[in-house]
Amino acid sequence: MADLKTYDHDVLVIGAGGAGLRAAIEAAAGGVSVGLVCKSLLGKAHTVMAEGGMAAAMGNVDDRDNWKVHFTDTLRGGQYVNNWRMAELHAREAPDRVKELEAWGALFDRTKDGRILQRNFGGHRYPRLAHVGDRTGLEMIRTLQDHGVHQGIDVHMEVTVTTLFKRGDRVVGALGYDRHHGDFHLFRARAVVLATGGIGRAYQITSNSWEYSGDGQALAYQAGASLMDMEFIQFHPTGMVWPPSVKGILVTEGVRGEGGVLLNNKGERFMFNDIPDNYKAQTADTPEEGWRYTQGDKNARRPPELLTRDHVARCIMREVKAGRGSPHGGVFLDIAWIKEKIKNAPEHIRKKLPSMYHQFKQLADIDITAVPMEIGPTTHYVMGGIRVEGDSQMSAVPGLFAAGEAAAGLHGANRLGGNSLSDLLVFGKRAGEYAARFARENAAIAPDSGEVAEKIKTALEPFDRKSGESPYKVQHDLQKMMQELVGIVRKEDEMLHAAEGLKALKARAANVSVTGSREYNPGWHTAIEIQNLITVSEAVILSAVARKESRGGHFREDYQDKKAEFGTFNHLVDQAADGTMELTQKPIPPMTAELKLIVEEMK
Amino acid sequence: MAKATFSIWRGEANQGRFTDYQTEVTEGMVVLDAVHQIQAEDATDLACRWNCKAGKCGSCSAEINGQPRLMCMTRLNTLDLSQPVTVEPMRAFPHMKDLVTDVSWNYEVKKKIKKFTPRKPDAADGTWRMQQDDVDRPQEFRKCIECFLCQDVCHVLRDHQLHDQFIGPRFLVYAANLEMNPIDAENRLDELRRLHGIGYCNITKCCTNVCPEEIKITDNAIIPLKERVVDHAFDPLAKIIGLVTGRIPGP
Repeated sequence: MADLKTYDHDVLVIGAGGAGLRAAIEAAAGGVSVGLVCKSLLGKAHTVMAEGGMAAAMGNVDDRDNWKVHFTDTLRGGQYVNNWRMAELHAREAPDRVKELEAWGALFDRTKDGRILQRNFGGHRYPRLAHVGDRTGLEMIRTLQDHGVHQGIDVHMEVTVTTLFKRGDRVVGALGYDRHHGDFHLFRARAVVLATGGIGRAYQITSNSWEYSGDGQALAYQAGASLMDMEFIQFHPTGMVWPPSVKGILVTEGVRGEGGVLLNNKGERFMFNDIPDNYKAQTADTPEEGWRYTQGDKNARRPPELLTRDHVARCIMREVKAGRGSPHGGVFLDIAWIKEKIKNAPEHIRKKLPSMYHQFKQLADIDITAVPMEIGPTTHYVMGGIRVEGDSQMSAVPGLFAAGEAAAGLHGANRLGGNSLSDLLVFGKRAGEYAARFARENAAIAPDSGEVAEKIKTALEPFDRKSGESPYKVQHDLQKMMQELVGIVRKEDEMLHAAEGLKALKARAANVSVTGSREYNPGWHTAIEIQNLITVSEAVILSAVARKESRGGHFREDYQDKKAEFGTFNHLVDQAADGTMELTQKPIPPMTAELKLIVEEMK
Repeated sequence: MAKATFSIWRGEANQGRFTDYQTEVTEGMVVLDAVHQIQAEDATDLACRWNCKAGKCGSCSAEINGQPRLMCMTRLNTLDLSQPVTVEPMRAFPHMKDLVTDVSWNYEVKKKIKKFTPRKPDAADGTWRMQQDDVDRPQEFRKCIECFLCQDVCHVLRDHQLHDQFIGPRFLVYAANLEMNPIDAENRLDELRRLHGIGYCNITKCCTNVCPEEIKITDNAIIPLKERVVDHAFDPLAKIIGLVTGRIPGP
C-alpha cells in the first residue's frame, strides 16, 4: 500500500474535544506514548460551542452545595436510569478537575472574594456552573489544547478514523484517512479511547456541526461493544429558529440563568402552568421569587424556565402546537425585560451574555437587550452511547475506552446543562488514565494487513461507482426522516415507518458515488459518514420503539407516562452473530446503601 | 427567489482560478450557506472548512470580496449581490485546495511560546485568588477563536512573508494573555523581542479591524506588550539595579 502511513502509539485517542484532550493529557502523564486524532483542526471541536459552564459542587457561591447534592440532582435529572457509579464519581471529582484547569491557565469569572464564580442552571439546586461569560467551552478547549501541546502528544489533525482493528478480543489499532491528501493512516495502538462526541447530524435541526456523525458509536458497535440507551436524545429547548439558515444554532441556557423568561404569543409565562411533581418543592411560586433566585437570593426557588431541558422543550412544543407560538414556529425568550429590574440592563446583558448578543445581532439583526428572541428546540446531545464500565471507562471490548458524549451512563434519560463539560473532564481523565494502564500491561499486536487492505478498498468504493446518487442527497433524506419521525415527540407507527425508511436509505448509501480527487473532498467524506449515521439511527429507532413510556429526552405520544418497570433497566444494542442489530434489557444494578441513603435524604 | 452569483476559487496548491456558481438566496443566508448549497447542488468536491456555523470556532475564514471574514458570519444582505461575490482562501498561508489553506505554521508557532506557569497557589486547597478587574484584560484576549484572519491580513506575514521571524498578531495576543494572567510567573519579554519579532509590528491596526471577536489586538495587546518589552530591555534604572543585585550578569 504505497500511500499508507503507519504510526505506533501506546494509546490512541480519537477525538480532540474536551474529553479527548483530557484523556490524551492524562495518558501522556501516565508515561506512555499518545496519538491524538482529530477530524478538524485542533481546538475546533464542538466543545467550543458549550456556553453556560461546567458543573462542579465547589460551593463558592452557596456553601450548602456539595457532591451529594450534585449527585442527586444528576440522578433526578436523568430519571434514575443513570449509571449511579458514574454519577457519584462525576459529582465527587468535578471540583478538582475544574481547579486543575485554572492551574493550566483558564481564567474563570470571579466571585467578590476572588474565587471561581458559579452560576445557576437548569436542574441544579445551587449555583454550580464555573463559567467565563457565555464562552466557557472555548475557555476549556483552549486551556486543554495549550496545555496539551507541551505534553509530548502526537496530534494528527484533519484525520477521520473509519475502522477499528481487533486481534482476538482486543482492539489493536485503527485506520483513518487525512482530509488534505486523502491518504490512509494506520495507527497501531495498545489501547484506544473514543472521544468522538455525538450524533446530532442524524437530524435536520441540530446545534451540532458536520463532525457529529456518530463515528465513535458506530466504530464501537462494529468492534463488538454495546451501545446503551440510544433512545435518550436531548433536544435543547432553546435553539435559534429564524432566519432559516441559522435554525438550530444554540442559545445558551445561561440566558434563563440570568433571568430570561419564556413567553408565548399571548405574553404568558407558560412554564408556570406545568411543573412536574418531583420538582414542585424546588420551583418558584411566583415570577418575583424566580427573579430573586436568578439574582442570587438563597431563600428563593428557581423559576420554572430552569426546569430540566426535556421538560422545557416539551412545554415549548405544546405552546407551538396549540397555536400560541411565535411567528416562525418557536416561542419567545426575553432577557430584555430585566430593564424593569436593574439599571444599565443592556450593558449588563452584553457583559453576561456577550456571544449571545453578538450571535443575534449579526445573524438575525436582533438586539437582545431591546427585544425578545425567537427560539425553539434543537437536537443537541445524546445521553446514550457506548456502554462503559464506570470507573475505567472501558467498553466490552478489551482495550477500547470511551469518554464524553460518545459514552453512555452518566446522564441517564436527560442531561443537566453544565454536566457535559464536567463529564468531559472527569471521564476524559479516567479514560486516559486507565487506557495508559491497559497499554502498559498489554503488548502491541499488529492489525492483520489483509484486513487493512480490504478496509481501504471499501473506503474508496464511492470513487469506483460512476452513476450513483450524491451522498449529500442521502444524508439530507436521512436527516429529514429522523427529524420528522423520530424527533422530540415519538409514536410507534411513525418510528416503524422510519425503520422501513432506513432500510431503503441503507441501500442508497451503499450506492452513492463521488467525483473529483481524494484531495480534501467533502463529498467523499460524507459518503463515508452516512454509514455511521445510519448505524446510530438504527440503534436510536430500535431503542425508542422498545421504550413504551416517556422518560427524559424520550417522549412518546402513545405512552405519555413514565412507567416504573422501565426504570429498572437500560437498553443495550449489540451486533448479533448474523450481523443484525439486537436489543436487550440490562437490569440496573442496585445502588450501594450509602448512595441510597443520600438519595433518600435529598428527596 | 432571487439568484446570486458566487465566484469561488477552485483548484489545488495555487493552481486555481475563480469559477462562477449561481445559487438561490433566501432570507438570512450567510456566505457559508451559499457555499454549502453550491457544494450540495453543483460541486460535491468543493473544499471548505467549517464547524460551528456560529462564529465560535474560527474554521471558515476566507476572503470575501477581498475582505478577510468568517463565512458563517457574513450575511448576504450586507453584500452587493448585483455583482458576483468573490470567495477565495486566505492568501497569507500555503494553499491546499479551493477555500482551504495550510495553517499548520500557526500551531508550530504557538508551541514555541513559553507555556503558562502559575505561581504557588494562594490558598491551602491549591487555588488562587484573583479579582475580576484583574482578569478582565486577559479574558478579552482569551476570546480569540484562532480564525487566523489577523495573521492573514498582517502585512509582515502576508506581504513580507517573515513567518520565520515574526509570530504575528494572533500569537502576540496569546503572549499578552499569558503575560497579563495575574498568576503567571513566567517572563516572555526577552524572547518576544529576540525570537518572536514584536518589533516588526508597526501598529497599523489591520489585525484589529478584521478580528471577528472584536479584540482590540493592537491597542490592548500589542502596544502594552511592546511597552513592557522595551521597559524590560532598555530601562537604564532597571539595568543598574539588575547589575548591582546580580540579576543581570556584568559585562
